[in-house]
Amino acid sequence: MKIIKSKDVTFEYIKRDENGEVEGINKALDNINLDVKEGEFISILGANGSGKSTFAKHINSILMPTEGTLWVDGMDTSDEDKILDIRMTAGMVFQNPDNQIIGQVIEEDVAFGPENMGVETAQIRERVDEALKTVGMLDYKKNSPNKLSGGQKQRVSIAGVLAMHPKCIVLDEPTAMLDPAGRKEVIRALRALNDVEKITIILITHYMEETIYSDRIFVMNKGKIAMEGTPREIFTRVEELEEFRLEIPQITRLAYELRKEGMRIPECVLTIKELCDALSR
Amino acid sequence: MPIITDHLTYVYGAKSKSKKTALDDVSVKIEDGQFIGLIGHTGSGKTTFLQLLAGLIKPFSGTVYLDGEDIFAKDYDMKTLRGKLGIVFQYPEHQLFEETVFKDVCFGPKNLGLDEKEVQLRAYEALKLTGFEDDNFYRSPFELSGGQKRRAAIAGVLAMKPKILILDEPTAGLDPGGKKEILDLVKSLCKNQGITIILVSHSMEDMAEYADRILVMNDAKIVLDGTPTEVFSHYDELKGYGLNVPQVTLAMLQLRECGIPVRTDAITVEQAKKEILRVLR
Repeated sequence: MKIIKSKDVTFEYIKRDENGEVEGINKALDNINLDVKEGEFISILGANGSGKSTFAKHINSILMPTEGTLWVDGMDTSDEDKILDIRMTAGMVFQNPDNQIIGQVIEEDVAFGPENMGVETAQIRERVDEALKTVGMLDYKKNSPNKLSGGQKQRVSIAGVLAMHPKCIVLDEPTAMLDPAGRKEVIRALRALNDVEKITIILITHYMEETIYSDRIFVMNKGKIAMEGTPREIFTRVEELEEFRLEIPQITRLAYELRKEGMRIPECVLTIKELCDALSR
Repeated sequence: MPIITDHLTYVYGAKSKSKKTALDDVSVKIEDGQFIGLIGHTGSGKTTFLQLLAGLIKPFSGTVYLDGEDIFAKDYDMKTLRGKLGIVFQYPEHQLFEETVFKDVCFGPKNLGLDEKEVQLRAYEALKLTGFEDDNFYRSPFELSGGQKRRAAIAGVLAMKPKILILDEPTAGLDPGGKKEILDLVKSLCKNQGITIILVSHSMEDMAEYADRILVMNDAKIVLDGTPTEVFSHYDELKGYGLNVPQVTLAMLQLRECGIPVRTDAITVEQAKKEILRVLR
């Protein structure tokens, strides 16, 4: 089953000069064809302005394609009657945790989504506890969100989406503002959601090392899908990535450099463990 | 003009019950022309420290000497400080507001009360320093890419001709290409213009690559102070502070555990490569 299916999706917007006169038409998305299977962990990489966030907003019906069609769990995102269902199916988490948390108490914040969906009170409680437990924040449920670290806030944001029982979560640079410990917490939580709860994850990030556990990576460039493959396939193509203003994880880079020096190392090493294995031989 | 902090302490809500020491007895000397990296988890006191250095908040006790002058003395003219020390806050592009990049960069020096010619000269120099093409001078700052916007914002601060430049996570949210542009720019400002740099970052890899000296903050104190190589030799300690060592340093530690007798003080890909080749070749 395809949870996301994008067929020839193009998104154009009109660019105006200071006087409001039309200056030209920009294509933020250019013929995107992309399928995501239910339960997959997908990462999207790409330079600033490559169209990643624009695409993410399409999955949530915040934006609608100018041409082509995008289906979320079989629903056409341009179908206005389906918007609520689409948003309950695909939840979204943004970059800045402070812009997403509104409750005075953590459990209240997490309850906001299901409350608005009209879920019964008893069930809301159950969902909130379950969601907070999943992201490891249950102990904090009576606390104020103000005193949390960035990583904790972001996990609360994720719990808020989880409480709506989505099939898919789209995260737009969720770790950009976090410290190393916070980044690790968030990525660990995402991997658990995917492994245990089988929720489809679509992660947009600039941190290459966060993507090495994904099933597939898409690289976007100038509104198009420029590369697609497993992390190992993608991170082998070093020069192409650099052309798209990206890089490879530091460990992969080290192995790549050693290989260039003539050492016998597999073509694409992603983890420290793989590097140890390769060098111990 | 060295910066000296003398038992610098800051307490939030000093008179209330819930008072919190955000900076605790920090004495440190920052020499001219150094590239200082400031690291620490969220809430460790980095921002409070920077705000004190910039004279934006007043200390609870202790003080800051800039050029031998006490910046919190009653008769100290804060304008002197503003002319010497520039700050680039997080997401500085949110502060761009003028119609053109050039006008935006002129804003700072204009407010210093300089004559028109000097203002324009400074704006021109600052934009050149940050690598702006002449063609882009009269574009709206809002049309620029993420990395360009950030460079425009940095140019606005440079036009004030600071001797000390403080940057709070200047690369957050930029793609790897944009991140490298900004860090290379900052490094060249330090090296070629002799500007003292104090840069906050959550990327240990970047700190290893760019900083001359790293200050580590934890729980309102400076807990480690040394060259990147020295600081990153304290793996367990850093981990305890919610921080980390660069990926390659971690790899070297694990290689050693796997029985490959490498030294573990490499902090960049280049150093790690050399060391592995030395041992295994």
